[in-house]
Amino acid sequence: MPSAAAPRRSAFSSPSHPCPSPSLSIYFAKMLFFSYFKELVGKEVTVELKNDLAIRGTLHSVDQYLNIKLENIRVVDQDKYPHMLSVRNCFIRGSVVRYVQLPPDGVDIDILHDATRREARGG
Amino acid sequence: MSWSGPEDVLLSTSLASYLDKKLLVLLRDGRKLLGILRSFDQFANVVLEGACERVIVGDLYCDIPLGLYVIRGENVVLIGELDLEREELPAHMICVSAAEIQRAQKAERDATDLKGSMRKRMEFLDLD
Repeated sequence: MPSAAAPRRSAFSSPSHPCPSPSLSIYFAKMLFFSYFKELVGKEVTVELKNDLAIRGTLHSVDQYLNIKLENIRVVDQDKYPHMLSVRNCFIRGSVVRYVQLPPDGVDIDILHDATRREARGG
Repeated sequence: MSWSGPEDVLLSTSLASYLDKKLLVLLRDGRKLLGILRSFDQFANVVLEGACERVIVGDLYCDIPLGLYVIRGENVVLIGELDLEREELPAHMICVSAAEIQRAQKAERDATDLKGSMRKRMEFLDLD
């Protein structure tokens, strides 16, 4: 069993193994974007899907598969998607996301750079 | 669809909050299914009770009843929670029978095919 203090986990990670929650300055291999999106919870983002549907909403939560839950959504180009009219909150499967558009002030670029460099070095 | 630690359970992107609610499920092939969520798992496999497919062609729509459905997670694009206070569709849309919507679908397919074949015939002109 890998110790909880070890910064690098084995490549295989199943849902039944609890992942240690990383602190702000420690971005684990495989979890960098997950941690990054967790910092963005509560912010307005626009998610563009591979089927070209674009949805703007407040990021409610994200998980290790980068599945996304949005609240108070507004569909970009609503007229093309009449069936989405009464949808307020939605769950988006991570595998169908093409882009996540972020607020320009939504991220501390320096922390992200550091974490990426660290991962590129140690990975 | 998981917990990363006890403090993250509240933040978890779980479908549990959608259980027993009427949902709209968008599939990768463009289909729109509506139904009540009865079960799910970590792959976003989903069980919908009283499922129906909402076929929309232009301003026409039709709900085709399907019954109890198990949807494999890899086909799921989006799961939307329907707000019961709001209209599900814009008011100008007309509900038609299954036969009529199928005719409309065929007409739309033929129009797309015709557009495709005309474009092919024009290609030799090299206008672009």
